[in-house]
Amino acid sequence: MISELFTTTVLIGVLASGIRLATPYLYAAIGETFGQRSGVLNLGVEGQMLLGAFAAFYVTLTTGSLWLGVLAALIVGALMGLAMAFVTVNLHAQQGISGIGFYLFGLGLSDLLFQKMLGTVETVKGFTKIHIPVLSDIPGIGEIFFSQTVLVYLAFALVPVSWFVLNKTTLGLKIRAVGENPDAADSLGVSVARVRYFTVILGGTLSGIAGASLSIALLNVFQQNMTSGLGFIAVALVYFGAWRPWGVMAGALLFSMVNSLQLWIQVLGIPIPSDIAVMMPYILTILVLVVTVSRVRGPSALTKPFEREA
Amino acid sequence: MKKRFRTDWVSRVFDALLPLFATLAALIVGAVMLLLLKANPIQAYQALWDGAFGSSNAFAETLVKATPLLLVGLGICIAFRGDVINIGGEGQMIVGALSATWVGLTLTAWPGWVVITLSLLAGFLGGAIWGGIAGYLKAYFKVNEILSTVMMNAIAVQLMNFLLRGPMIDPSQAELASKIPQTARLLELFRLPRLAPTRLHLGALIAVALAILVYILLWRTTLGYRIRAVGQSPFASRYAGIKVKRYVVMALLLSGAFAGLAGATQVLGVNYRMITDGSATGFTGSAGFNGIVAALFGQLHPILTIPASILFGALLVGANQMQRAVQVPSALVTALNGLVVVFVVSSEIWRRRRQRRRLAAAGAESESAVEADDDHPKSVKVRA
Amino acid sequence: MKKLVLFFTLVLSLSMILSACAPAATEAPATEAPAEVATEAPPAEPFRVAVVMPSAINDLAFSQSMYDALLRVQGEMGGEAAFEIVYSESMFVVDDAAAAIRDYASQGFDLVIAHGSQYGSSVQEIAPDFPETSFAWGTTVDTFDQPNIFAYEAASQEGGYVNGFLAATLTTSKTIGVIGPIETGDAKLYVDGFKAGALESDPTVTVNVNYIGSFSDVALAAEAASTHISAGADVLTGTAQMVVGAIGKAEEASTPVYWFGTQSNQTSLAPRIVVASQVYHWEVVLTEMIGLIQDGTLGGQSFVINLENGGEVIEYNEAFLLYPDFKELGDLVVSGILDGTYTITLP
Repeated sequence: MISELFTTTVLIGVLASGIRLATPYLYAAIGETFGQRSGVLNLGVEGQMLLGAFAAFYVTLTTGSLWLGVLAALIVGALMGLAMAFVTVNLHAQQGISGIGFYLFGLGLSDLLFQKMLGTVETVKGFTKIHIPVLSDIPGIGEIFFSQTVLVYLAFALVPVSWFVLNKTTLGLKIRAVGENPDAADSLGVSVARVRYFTVILGGTLSGIAGASLSIALLNVFQQNMTSGLGFIAVALVYFGAWRPWGVMAGALLFSMVNSLQLWIQVLGIPIPSDIAVMMPYILTILVLVVTVSRVRGPSALTKPFEREA
Repeated sequence: MKKRFRTDWVSRVFDALLPLFATLAALIVGAVMLLLLKANPIQAYQALWDGAFGSSNAFAETLVKATPLLLVGLGICIAFRGDVINIGGEGQMIVGALSATWVGLTLTAWPGWVVITLSLLAGFLGGAIWGGIAGYLKAYFKVNEILSTVMMNAIAVQLMNFLLRGPMIDPSQAELASKIPQTARLLELFRLPRLAPTRLHLGALIAVALAILVYILLWRTTLGYRIRAVGQSPFASRYAGIKVKRYVVMALLLSGAFAGLAGATQVLGVNYRMITDGSATGFTGSAGFNGIVAALFGQLHPILTIPASILFGALLVGANQMQRAVQVPSALVTALNGLVVVFVVSSEIWRRRRQRRRLAAAGAESESAVEADDDHPKSVKVRA
Repeated sequence: MKKLVLFFTLVLSLSMILSACAPAATEAPATEAPAEVATEAPPAEPFRVAVVMPSAINDLAFSQSMYDALLRVQGEMGGEAAFEIVYSESMFVVDDAAAAIRDYASQGFDLVIAHGSQYGSSVQEIAPDFPETSFAWGTTVDTFDQPNIFAYEAASQEGGYVNGFLAATLTTSKTIGVIGPIETGDAKLYVDGFKAGALESDPTVTVNVNYIGSFSDVALAAEAASTHISAGADVLTGTAQMVVGAIGKAEEASTPVYWFGTQSNQTSLAPRIVVASQVYHWEVVLTEMIGLIQDGTLGGQSFVINLENGGEVIEYNEAFLLYPDFKELGDLVVSGILDGTYTITLP
């Protein structure tokens, strides 16, 4: 029966599905990467995602415009990011905890707004798949890579852009400096506060879009707690990717493809207990990281509030 | 000299009460949300108070809610002082609970108090293993503990589902077609005694006793000293001959152990069986996360975590009562929970500023000033 | 201090802006806070019901089925003045639910419904302390031999059987997909019944089952549906609230993929492809229970909703019936179950 797994249908299915599933993780994790590179840990990603998902869904439902929905998610995410930035940079709050607080707040508020403003589960006409001409007709590869929704394409496009920004621009240099040695950066005239505000707000914005990708692209619905732990996994993936956009992408794809694989295992009736199958992506992520022992240290100033020496 | 000492004392008490003031501020924002939901904030908060402190039964409920928070919080005190971020409390609670339940259901031939002790120990060990794995992965494979603990939370949930649907299922359920995923009920003998007619169980007392033990551990034993040293500066510790890797593992192991014990006391004292709805929160009530918050409220000090857990437990119990009284969606309780956390965490800055001012004033008296800001090992530079 | 005010204002504005977007008159569910008293003179003392549920009242699944049923009973009994409903939803933390059940009982409610199998332990403990209150626990048959506990269950395998039977007649690819949360309780009953019905209808059909391990992961449920579709399924079914994602995927499929629902009527989600839903009409057992309570019997009996007593009803999507005798076939299967022609054997 295991042999049934090694067919082209399954392979294509796993890859295409994996790419789709990876999208929200990718947005959120890339956003978190920026934040962490500048020294800020944000565990509230999931709350930002849920609020973004709801905002996108509601605005799309009421205005009929998908892009307005995305904009709404962007704004909501940015606002949450702003709040987090303020609490982190100005109030020097313990970052792990403040993140959890924002998570709970986002979870509760999105649920509350859903109940009061929508009342029932509804659907919208979400983003449809865009089939890139010619390329999407290639058997197999066409379906996997060139027949996805626009938010999926944007997520993957974000990876090289992030890599470029972090490694090849002055802004990226500032971000990395602030994350490694904020005192030195400060003495060189870099505003630590401003950089961290930027990265954390960016992180919030991307988390909001991650939520939108769930509620109006991958799915066409909003439901309470629909992210179900996604935000925390996204944060974990930043560590997996050693704070590098390409590494984070690899992590998101690994996790999602194994998830997709375990779905196939169940669908094909392979006799692995369902609970064990569901465990697979989590176990594998740890195992891969164990095997590929990384010598990369994280940003030295991660989770440490910056206070200028008097 | 005496006058300054007294104001210093008053000032310290104010600092300790700061989380309380922050909570009140959060509740004010909550009042706005209540108004928008067309609920009466006065009535709501009256219910909140009643639910937490309104009667001896209510207060007992608060203490019952506070117990797992305290236990997880004690583990977090150890972890954070060892500079590890353990967000795996949920999973560790589950594994601890499963271990304790298994012992309590299997060793039925032995005397009651023996089984109870062994069950609690099993819970401690189960959580220790679950946390220890993350510690081992961090120390020897450089797998960041945030990643490993998040993943292991999810794995623990599936493990729980698997065991409760299969090997550990209540035999009477196994015969029914519906197969509710729960274990058999612990026999009367093997449960933690309660202070009737409330639900307050011995676990609360055990937790308080352990708080004292953890204090002794952290500040009066070599083990605790080394964990804290590694937390303050791994570099200096290694230079001083401390095996850093070992103590990283210990920090996560102990932290997980206490979370495991929290799960064990929940089963032995409250539910009398292990039951799941498929999620972590259904069993833990988010104690794995809220315990972190409680530890922070207690300035990462084991003894202070006791009132912090009670305060937080009161908030959670009271908020549920409030939900019932004014019939607002329970989502408001979650949002309120989050607001309180954010506000309290934000209020820290005042406490630290005031503390620094106090120390600076004291430092003006003597030549060498070494800041011993115990609570945030990483945000302060040590001036030699 | 200035910064604190700024932050305060920020959070406040955020909450207010978002909440203010709510329409002025939201459709508030028909509930009353216990402190309020009915303004019109009620004919008699209202019958007071409190219900504790593990998920949201608008989940289009388990909890909604009970809540909708209570509303229907309220309507039949004469409205809010005669029948008071109070609820605590999203009580997935068993311990909090226990506190809620105990609290409602101590407030003097006539009937406290613990709508979730995980609440059993709690009900067992609490009921003896309140001999004047009636408790109802579902979904199960165990009343713990307590005089004031009713138990209720849904024989969801029956409706599942009908759905499966019909599904097998609809599939052209001979592959059917099932998406479930965790293999226990009501979900398991439904899925097992569905599979049995499908195979009875057409033994050559393949039924693939996928338990995604969660009641809330909508995205994973959706991908499970996509996986089924890629594996060739052209009819899908599923149970629990996360299936809304799966229904969405069924709708987007390039070739029509049909959906059979359970617990609540899911037609509204995807009118183009939802064929039929097994809808739980709990009011059938609720009215019996209420009658017994008013006569003085507070418990000790268990109830089942099934096809026979009308507690389970197959509601078809009237907008489209796939072939002329479709509904008749369904009715035939139902009567077959009732008179014993079809026996549902569960694994």
